Amino acid sequence: MLLNINNLHVSINEKEIIKGLNFSVNKGEVHAIMGPNGTGKSTLAAAVTGREGYEVTKGEIIYKGQIINDWQPDKRANEGIFLSFQYPIEIPGVNMINFMRTAVNAQREYKGLPAMSASEFLKKTEKEKKLVEINSKLTNRSVNEGFSGGEKKKNEIFQMAMLEPQLAILDETDSGLDIDALKVVAKGVNKLRSKNNAFIIITHYQRLLDYIEPDFVHVMYNGRIVKSGGKGLAHELEEHGYDWIKKQFDD
Amino acid sequence: METTKTTYILKKNLTDYYYSVVAPHLKKENHKVAELRKTAMEYFVEVGFPHTTMEHWRGTNLQEVYNQNLKIKTEAEVYNKTLSDIFLCEVHGFDTRVISVLNGFFYAPENKQLVTFENGVVAGSLARAQNVFPQLFEKYFGLLTRNYRHAFTALGDALFTDGVFVYVPDNVRVENTFQLIKILNLPQLATNTRNLIILGKNSKLTFLHCDDSINHQSGLSNTVSEFFIGENAELKLYKLQNLNDESALINNTFIKQERNSLLNMNVLSFNGGLIRNEITVNLDGEGASANILGLYLLDKCQHIDNQAYIYHNVPQCQSNELFKGILDDEATGVFNGSIYVARNAQQTKAFQRNNNILMKPTAHIDTMPFLEIYADDVKCSHGATVGQLNTEALFYMRQRGISFDDARLLLLYAFVAEVADKIDIVALRISIEDMIKRRLRGELSICDRCVLHCSQPAKPMEIEIDLSKI
Repeated sequence: MLLNINNLHVSINEKEIIKGLNFSVNKGEVHAIMGPNGTGKSTLAAAVTGREGYEVTKGEIIYKGQIINDWQPDKRANEGIFLSFQYPIEIPGVNMINFMRTAVNAQREYKGLPAMSASEFLKKTEKEKKLVEINSKLTNRSVNEGFSGGEKKKNEIFQMAMLEPQLAILDETDSGLDIDALKVVAKGVNKLRSKNNAFIIITHYQRLLDYIEPDFVHVMYNGRIVKSGGKGLAHELEEHGYDWIKKQFDD
Repeated sequence: METTKTTYILKKNLTDYYYSVVAPHLKKENHKVAELRKTAMEYFVEVGFPHTTMEHWRGTNLQEVYNQNLKIKTEAEVYNKTLSDIFLCEVHGFDTRVISVLNGFFYAPENKQLVTFENGVVAGSLARAQNVFPQLFEKYFGLLTRNYRHAFTALGDALFTDGVFVYVPDNVRVENTFQLIKILNLPQLATNTRNLIILGKNSKLTFLHCDDSINHQSGLSNTVSEFFIGENAELKLYKLQNLNDESALINNTFIKQERNSLLNMNVLSFNGGLIRNEITVNLDGEGASANILGLYLLDKCQHIDNQAYIYHNVPQCQSNELFKGILDDEATGVFNGSIYVARNAQQTKAFQRNNNILMKPTAHIDTMPFLEIYADDVKCSHGATVGQLNTEALFYMRQRGISFDDARLLLLYAFVAEVADKIDIVALRISIEDMIKRRLRGELSICDRCVLHCSQPAKPMEIEIDLSKI
């Protein structure tokens, strides 16, 4: 098992957002997590990646057999956990290529590998840019600065391709994307899918799942996973909305 | 203003020095210089040291310095060993002519005290130059300083032991950089030095002014500099400040720009107990342009005070000010940016920005613009920010596997790069970038050698691939 979450409770400023969540992911699987706004989907992503301010008050996050509750965010990343941000951060003054090269080599150093040579890095950059159809030069651009909404999301997938994570969490990667960009992003993800990695796709809508076919669909509500099923569940949700779920679980 | 009751030790020492050492020799000096010494001293005796009750000194308290028994060295340094035995400074791949001032005195062998180069450029001791080039002193000396705002400028004029004189004739473009290294290596020293730099029409000069300490003794270094930039001339002026935590450094820089002249100035403060940079730019010819950048990286109990006074006296001039700083620990700072636009100075463009990062809640900065605009066709803007490191950006970087320390360094470096990137002497920029990185990592200290030399740019952070292909 790649990821195993047991009875997870997460609080932000002492307000409990995730309230006893159980969830597991095996290698080679794609899981979709759906649900209405404010049910804790992004909080789950933050807790798994170790974001400051998201306090795990109870339960365990077990990744590759180890409890990672106390791991620093960079250690989790170096162990292969990747988050495609819902709102990618603009970092003025930090060159995109230098940033990526620093990240790639930090991960290689962690694994005891030598730094990637300049030509190797250049080649890989070219290849992965093509994957997500980034045509512009990244050299003279700061991280995400001045990128359009679509470019930012493509850039997240580009970084994912560069870093080759084992567990990728895509947090509302489809929000704000037009259909063409959505297809590009989905194509990128599908290319990267393998039996050695896994994806968790957080989304409101079934739209993205038309292009990235999930093995499992989960519905999150009020800090828990309340329903799990196959890809058919996504269609059901699209058709009937979330109200019937809410009705079922609101006391 | 001082009350009559208090007489600071420093005031007494400085006054005694004037009457016992300076005054008896006034007759031997250029009459313009002698006159200025007299009026400047009268000003000091009457007005005394600046105090925190004065508008532009509110954030900078020198009380401790006034109470120290600091003395001015009375005799010139005997030249008995090369400067590099005292202080080694080399910027690799960077062709400089080094001019040094040691403990307030010009430091060079006798035959090199004042040199005239083949192209007519003159460089050397100001004390010597006053009697060799009386016409130039007649015309320029004290022109910009004499309306004293406070005692330190007056003290420079009244008490200067020596300083640097550079004259670049019309149409001469000096390719190599003049580097002034000012060093103090004696304890309990107060120095007052005076520089005069004149650029003729269509000329060009790059001037690097380094203030360094080579030990950890306390002292006061006061420098008054006048720069005259002729029509169509260009001055690049870099100031590099790396002094010990016990030192007080006061730089009073006055600049006058003629028509279509260009000033590119960069003030880099890496370390110093107390640093005050006062920069006064007079835009006196149409089409003149001044770019004034500053960077300060201070920690512990250090203090920085940058004061810029830009006078748009005629139409169609432009000024850009950008000061950025990172303050850690209990460091404190002041930025005052004054812009004055005269009634007839139409089509003025004046921009000012000051951005700060405070690493700890105990660090502090006061930033304030003063704008006085009397013309109506003016583009003018000012802005200031005081913030902390962006935690969102930190997390974003760490999520990609970059360690906290590296992410922090990248963000801090990105913050200051806006200033560092504009240093257009490549070798100097590489050295300075390296110094910044080491300073941000906490590895840079004032050392017994020139910091520029210590910084072997052996570990370049640049990527050596052809980036244009990406």
